[in-house]
Amino acid sequence: MDNLLSLITFLPAVAAVILAVFLRGDDEDAQRNAKWVALVATSLTFLISLFVIVGFNPNDTGFQFVEEREWILGLTYKMGVDGISVLFVMLTTFLMPLTIAACWTVKHRVKEYMIAFLMLETLMLGVFCALDLVLFYLFFEGGLIPMFLIIGIWGGKKRIYAAFKFFLYTFLGSVLMLVAMVAMYIEAGTTDIPTLMTHEFSTATFSLLGVQVIGGVQTLLWLAFFASFAVKMPMWPVHTWLPDAHVEAPTAGSVVLAAILLKMGGYGFLRFSVPMFPVGSDVMGPLVLWLSAIAVVYTSLVALVQEDMKKLIAYSSVAHMGYVTMGIFALNQQGVDGAIFQMISHGFISGALFLCVGVIYDRMHTREISAYGGLVNRMPAYAAIFMLFTMANVGLPGTSGFVGEFLTIMGIFQVNTWVAMIATTGVILSAAYALWLYRRVVMGDLIKESLRSITDMNLREKAIFAPLIAMTLLLGVYPSLVTDIIGPSVAALVSNHQTALLDHAAATQLAAQAPH
Amino acid sequence: MVQIILFAPLLGALIAGFAWKIIGEKAAMWTATGLLFLSCLLSWIVFFTFDGETRIVEIMRWIESGSLSAYWGVRLDRLTAIMLIVVTTVSAFVHLYSFGYMAHDENFREGEESYRPRFFAYLSFFTFAMLMLVTANNLVQMFFGWEGVGVASYLLIGFYYRKPSANAAAIKAFVVNRVGDFGFYLGIATLFFLVDSTDFDVIFASGPELAETQINFLWQDWNAANLIAVLLFIGAMGKSAQLFLHTWLPDAMEGPTPVSALIHAATMVTAGVFLICRMSPLMEYAPEAMTFVTFMGATTAFFAATVGLVQNDIKRVIAYSTCSQLGYMFVAAGVGVYSAAMFHLLTHAFFKGLLFLGAGSVIHAMHHEQDMRNYGGLRKKIPYTFWAMMVGTLAITGVGVPLTQLGFAGFLSKDAIIESAWAGTNSAAGYAYWMLVIAAVMTAFYSWRLMFLTFFGTPRGDRHTHEQAHESPRIMLIPLVALAIGGIFSGMIWYKSFFGDHHEVERFFAIPHSEVHADDGHGAQTTAAHGEGAGATADGAEQGSSHDAMVEAHHVEGTTPEEHAQIAAEHHAPQSFGGIYIHPENNVLNDAHYAPKWVKLSPFIAMILGFGLAFLMYIRRTDLPAKVAELNWPLYNFLLNKWYFDELYDAIFVRPAKAIGRFLWKYGDGATIDGGINGLAMGIVPFFTRLAGRAQSGYIFHYAFAMVIGLVVLITWVAIRAGG
Repeated sequence: MDNLLSLITFLPAVAAVILAVFLRGDDEDAQRNAKWVALVATSLTFLISLFVIVGFNPNDTGFQFVEEREWILGLTYKMGVDGISVLFVMLTTFLMPLTIAACWTVKHRVKEYMIAFLMLETLMLGVFCALDLVLFYLFFEGGLIPMFLIIGIWGGKKRIYAAFKFFLYTFLGSVLMLVAMVAMYIEAGTTDIPTLMTHEFSTATFSLLGVQVIGGVQTLLWLAFFASFAVKMPMWPVHTWLPDAHVEAPTAGSVVLAAILLKMGGYGFLRFSVPMFPVGSDVMGPLVLWLSAIAVVYTSLVALVQEDMKKLIAYSSVAHMGYVTMGIFALNQQGVDGAIFQMISHGFISGALFLCVGVIYDRMHTREISAYGGLVNRMPAYAAIFMLFTMANVGLPGTSGFVGEFLTIMGIFQVNTWVAMIATTGVILSAAYALWLYRRVVMGDLIKESLRSITDMNLREKAIFAPLIAMTLLLGVYPSLVTDIIGPSVAALVSNHQTALLDHAAATQLAAQAPH
Repeated sequence: MVQIILFAPLLGALIAGFAWKIIGEKAAMWTATGLLFLSCLLSWIVFFTFDGETRIVEIMRWIESGSLSAYWGVRLDRLTAIMLIVVTTVSAFVHLYSFGYMAHDENFREGEESYRPRFFAYLSFFTFAMLMLVTANNLVQMFFGWEGVGVASYLLIGFYYRKPSANAAAIKAFVVNRVGDFGFYLGIATLFFLVDSTDFDVIFASGPELAETQINFLWQDWNAANLIAVLLFIGAMGKSAQLFLHTWLPDAMEGPTPVSALIHAATMVTAGVFLICRMSPLMEYAPEAMTFVTFMGATTAFFAATVGLVQNDIKRVIAYSTCSQLGYMFVAAGVGVYSAAMFHLLTHAFFKGLLFLGAGSVIHAMHHEQDMRNYGGLRKKIPYTFWAMMVGTLAITGVGVPLTQLGFAGFLSKDAIIESAWAGTNSAAGYAYWMLVIAAVMTAFYSWRLMFLTFFGTPRGDRHTHEQAHESPRIMLIPLVALAIGGIFSGMIWYKSFFGDHHEVERFFAIPHSEVHADDGHGAQTTAAHGEGAGATADGAEQGSSHDAMVEAHHVEGTTPEEHAQIAAEHHAPQSFGGIYIHPENNVLNDAHYAPKWVKLSPFIAMILGFGLAFLMYIRRTDLPAKVAELNWPLYNFLLNKWYFDELYDAIFVRPAKAIGRFLWKYGDGATIDGGINGLAMGIVPFFTRLAGRAQSGYIFHYAFAMVIGLVVLITWVAIRAGG
């Protein structure tokens, strides 16, 4: 099977087309059929993607399952995965069936809803598999549209505002990336990502509008990509679209947004910024570290005072993504390992937390923290599951949340102790906001009249959580499942980066000596 | 065998937590308790058959990333063996006791709610986490246990989830502990940065190296050993409720009393002391840090004792007493007599567990009344409890025959610490000695005050409650008897092992002869084991090697796990450090034995003084306490309000954090970022939103469609331009 990646990427799209063309009507049967088609398609995608992970050879740090063919307009269609991207593919295929199952109770325009999610899955998988700049950009930008629709149509009261905010922020970031991509093509003469990774972009310092640009073109290209990925991540201070988007998005939309879409930023840094612009990364790295450190403290403090459950979790996501960017730009094995691990683990944990909000939102139709209290009295199973993921969110050892955070801090400490110390305060703050949320929602006596008849989770809901619980604990006690796969690729990434920097240093020295 | 000790409680927790619906409540509870007694039995066997040789058993891989390799495993040495018996013994008896104590709880609706299996599940889970902590062979697994007990403590303090005070206390405990963990975290990071490993053997071997190393941390260069020691001690301060991070412990008394006995007296809170003792090979090379430890320990011992003098809640008195006794242990560790710290840890587990369980029995008898002002004259009503508490009080105040080794447990261990403090050589030792003696007066005072107020005098408070007061069921009395035996005899039995002469202590803890260590250093020894080991301390890059060597040996010879463990032990034996490490120049233990008579008598005199004062004020002249309080009202209020730490922290940490958060949210995110830097949210986004305006949601599709078209056009144009 030499087109495995295309198969899993486009299978959901095919299902979406089938739904769009063949399914008629909006009665209950049609709705049920739409949901089942989506569930079967996403489950099938997951099953097929297992072949990828089983056939993947972690010790080969190059791209595997590569497909390459001619495409329109002289462009190339090229797909492939390496140790860095393969787990994101798995994360996506793993989470999508759960996401579909989570929107089982939606009644409004079900067919279109399912089509949006199926298209979204195709586009997300495409981002992680694409090995051609143009292809990547298409998938990357295309993903905005279904998400825009999901928020804009199935969202809450202020959905239009949130959808536009989401779209404009991320779109404006990517326009800069597009310009950079064109510049890269002009300099390197190719859009092939593996070739670009070995291309040395110019680093000669020049002055732009009177400002000396250290690292030259690389720094500029780096900045252009940074604009796009930083928004996607999102990093402080361009994070404000995320809380709004989360609050207005439907539960399943929030799950995908937090669990997968955000990871595209981190993936972008690892695929483009670090390997293609080593000098740019070196010049701008400290900036990222400080922005990340600020993000951890700033958003944790903001999370502390939120009154809306989803907003609180959204801010906590930003804080956790701070660890990711920090780990990536620590640029050592522990840091990058930690960053990737944190992204994978955050996929499960934040997904589960948004599902937890969804469970009670479905029952009470409010996300206000003050509308709840004492849920444990009537929802013991819910309380237990919410507790587990709260603890995973604060990075309790034994859950996957710890491993990423721990490795990141080990990595960052070797680079900058100030940033490490500031980031570590997140350990205290996260415990404060997460447990306080839990206390206000779950603990206490059940006094609110409206909650008297609230019911515990049903079987469908428990079934959605079961795989997430299993993964969170499994990766917590046996993280080698992940680190074995990413380890060699990350080692190669780090050592390539170091070599590139050494080469650059040697070249600069030569250049400096030349005039004498 | 160690694996069984370790995982039996986990199994118990899972059965009690999840399987009780199938096998029934009673069966689940008995299974958990039975498994714990099994653990306990095996622990004692391990303790008595331990031959002094450090054994390492590897169980499973854990976190691996580049040179970082932390695995699940067990390190069995004397220190672990001591902790095993402490943890499993107290835990087993607390499980048993809980059958009685938790039989009818007013906080839950009887018949509707099954809270008992949940309680047992938490207790067993706690025990598992604590065992993981004490058996860890690397700092990361220790941190797992460290946080695990934190969670168990959080869950148990908040066990009465309907009580707001319990919920608040639970969060406070977890968050304050996290402040300590912040230090622990950075300590691990520093160690990994410098020695490139988290394994104990590697860390231990690098002590001398670290003492010579400078590391840039934050704004300046520090001595590496001192920095690491202080960071780890911050972790210990959180867990062991030392001054400034102590505020959670008194509040933690919101949990059911068996929890207080197990977690907040005997085991979890001593984890900090254990950490310092465990890291003794490093601590010995960090003299300034150890001075700090001594100072903090002594100050805490004094501070907590002063607060304990005036508290009225029976559990809070004992809680502050725990805090104070932990200070004693830190002083012992700080002056370098780790064995004395462990000795007090052991005896304290028995007598403090006993006092808490006794207090629980009183509370049980008095229908959950905890205010001592409403007790009085209970001696006759609950005689067994009275005698148990009496043993506990005699033990904690240190009753014994002066200048001999005959006495209750606390007499021997506390005197050992006070003598050590006197003999200590660091600059805080003298201060520590006087602080501890003064604290000993207060210890005797508040302990006897508790006894007199509770069991003597005339009944006060609600008459009905007093009439109903009844002795606890036998299932609660058995644990009292068991711990009382420990409280009486544990000091006398193990005095020689922990605080006997030099050679006996060395043999007991399997401390390698210090002469060997003195000059030829670790390099020579490690080379004997395997070549890379020695280089490892100097050059961090090669460090995972000892671990790899073990794995290889395993593969090559195809040995069974037991043999594997032995191979591991052999590989480690030459660089093994035994239970604790004592620097060749550290003679404090020896000097303590030659302390002058007045030093050895001082704790005894202090005890008599405290007893006399308490007797005078609460038996003879019961009008005195009120008068004294009135006369010194500023001091009294200061103590009653616990030196106003809670109010202070609320004002300087909690409220500002919330205010800053709110400010950043409204003005940072709202006005500045959305409004200024980006200008998007305030200008452009609303513009688009208005465009969409009152439109039906169907219009959204049009926008999306326009976007698709636009995107495709843009890409095509770019592609053609660039391609052409």
